[in-house]
Amino acid sequence: MPIDKIARRTLAGLAALSACVAISAMPTAALADEQYFGIPSNRVGPYAAMGTGYYGGIIDYLNYVNLKGGVNGVKLTWTECETEYNAARTVECYQRLLHNGDKKLVVFDTLGTPGAYAVINRMAPDQVVLAQYGYGRTDAADGAVWPWVFNAAGQYWAQSTAHLNFIAQKEGGIEKMKGKTLVHLHIDTAYGREPIPAMREVAKQWGFKLVEIAVPPPGLEQQSQWLQIRREKADWVTFWGAGSGMNSTAITTAARIGFPRDKMLYVTFGGAEEDMIPAGDAAKGTFVAANAVPGKWPLIQDIEKVVYGGGNGNLQNPQRIGTAYYNRGVGAAVMWVEALKNAQKIHGKVGKEVHGAEFRDGYEALDITPEKLKELGIDGMLAPFKLSCAKHDGAEHWRMMQWNGSKFDIVSDWVGPNDPKFIRTMIEDSAAKYAAENKITPRTCP
Amino acid sequence: MEDFRFFIEVLVGGLLSGLMYSLVALGFVLIYKASGVFNFAQGSMVFLAVLSFVGFMELGLPFWAALPVTIGMMVLVGMATERLVLRPLVGQSDTTLLMATIGLAFIIEGVAQIAWGVDVRRLDLGIHDEPIMWLADNFEILISQLDIAAGIVAGLMVVALALLFSRTKVGRGLRAVADDPAAALSIGIPLSHIWMLVWATAGVVALVAGMLWGARSGVQFALVLVALKALPVLIIGGFTSVPGVIVAGLIVGATEKVAEVYIGPYFGGGIEGWAPYMLAVLFLLVRPEGLFGEKIIRRV
Repeated sequence: MPIDKIARRTLAGLAALSACVAISAMPTAALADEQYFGIPSNRVGPYAAMGTGYYGGIIDYLNYVNLKGGVNGVKLTWTECETEYNAARTVECYQRLLHNGDKKLVVFDTLGTPGAYAVINRMAPDQVVLAQYGYGRTDAADGAVWPWVFNAAGQYWAQSTAHLNFIAQKEGGIEKMKGKTLVHLHIDTAYGREPIPAMREVAKQWGFKLVEIAVPPPGLEQQSQWLQIRREKADWVTFWGAGSGMNSTAITTAARIGFPRDKMLYVTFGGAEEDMIPAGDAAKGTFVAANAVPGKWPLIQDIEKVVYGGGNGNLQNPQRIGTAYYNRGVGAAVMWVEALKNAQKIHGKVGKEVHGAEFRDGYEALDITPEKLKELGIDGMLAPFKLSCAKHDGAEHWRMMQWNGSKFDIVSDWVGPNDPKFIRTMIEDSAAKYAAENKITPRTCP
Repeated sequence: MEDFRFFIEVLVGGLLSGLMYSLVALGFVLIYKASGVFNFAQGSMVFLAVLSFVGFMELGLPFWAALPVTIGMMVLVGMATERLVLRPLVGQSDTTLLMATIGLAFIIEGVAQIAWGVDVRRLDLGIHDEPIMWLADNFEILISQLDIAAGIVAGLMVVALALLFSRTKVGRGLRAVADDPAAALSIGIPLSHIWMLVWATAGVVALVAGMLWGARSGVQFALVLVALKALPVLIIGGFTSVPGVIVAGLIVGATEKVAEVYIGPYFGGGIEGWAPYMLAVLFLLVRPEGLFGEKIIRRV
């Protein structure tokens, strides 16, 4: 073979090799511009209606952001893992999602208190944010003790007392609550019992009788609980259920004993369209607290146009766009994306991937003003809020809705606890107790 | 007087709830009686049956057409189970058969959700789950129309199945197969046909139970969990007795409601989930075969 031919082939080979090296280096460069999220969804089992709506909303929003060019050019990627809303499976999913190749998880959202409690102590050592979007461990709202845990859509002590505040408004004032009987009907789990300490305190202050009645899961039979409610001659029932079976059965059983549905107030996670529809006409009049108000807000309309219009929607049934669970998922994902923007800005990494500690700083810097909500197209869907080093619970306000037989009517503006300072004191006391028991030195917040 | 009236209301409510459990338990008994198999998949069959029924209606079939189509589908499911799962396992231990039905339960749940989705559906049977006003006005006792209807349906099904087992050739064949499959085969009873028939019947029973539970609680995945309510009924009534299911259902329903209302508050409530199981354990200690079950005597 002539020398020049050998030289040409050698040069061609070297060129090909360098091209290969360049190509193999390219994904690394591209990967640096990707932000990985792990999604512990629950799409099958008794809580599937909740999981498909919520995580569908999250994935649609991430898709939407990507279709609009990403976060300062950073493409969002994600991997799903099925938890079946089971705490043990949630831990398994956390382990599986924590690392994805050279990427690491920055935020975890279990959509449930049992799952949140199962992984909460892993967050600090693994440097992952636990974004409890309106659920989870309440005293984690104290950021001094729980730097890695947030409740951006409000915690249960504030929500339960907001319920009481709304009930007092309906009764004509706090002074009219004296002598009333209120039943807290709850699923017999940590989630169902979570609001009880705050409710007991308010009952003492306002002078009403609080009766706590537990429903063992799955709660498809509630005859005995509702007969007790009738015997107590309850004026109001606050319902803290989970899973459409339990939630709709509470309504149908209330109808069977003739308890008025417009004296029932459902927790956010117990009251969505999927919980009302199976109960049929019996659900008419039921009140529900919302931390993400259902409806086709401008952002939701745009997601429908951009994501579903392009055939990239995550919901199997697009008619669920704009429902309570879906909008809550969109709200949660908006916080992830806003936190990412903050993190890039704070740490001088605009257009670059951030790691867990940087993402945490971004989440803590969330300042969701009314102007910001308007800019995002969700003014009215979410309540404005601002997080800080010490304050990790976001909007402590809920809008009350009432089921009219086919959809929710919004019947109030944003309602909060009557005495937020009292709730804050309870949170700090509880967190301090936890810190002392677990030998944690709280960080100093300005 | 008011306390006594309240007690009666709790008791009657419990008895009627118990009949709803009996409906689910009937499917277990049918299969156990004919094949000695504890069908762990019965709850999943309830879910599949009613979900398919509602699904067919969503596809445009009217109620009267969706019902026979779903019955036909459940018969096919029963036949396929016999052909693909049980027949290849003939002669295997009871534990193997139980494990097979556990696997079957997960397959049915998965297939049902893939086929029809996970949306919660409403099922309107035209029977209101509201108090009968005549009883409310005259006795101040609130009893739901749906509960009464479920009680009547459960009663009719028990009578029909009891007659099937005791008065027909097929029923005698079923009992012979359950007693000793090898002996039944040797005298010419077609084992596979009998099993096919009984699985198909269990599928239809699952549909009826699913329709009544679905009308009350919505058609959704949680219906697979109603099988948990049927277990103490089976232990107390006996795994092989059709009338026993009704009596045990009444006992379980009444016990759990009375226990929840009168004893529950001392334990922070929520005891009705485990109170029937406690009763079932007591029965196991005293009368392992249940109230109406066949006493098994083994040579040792």
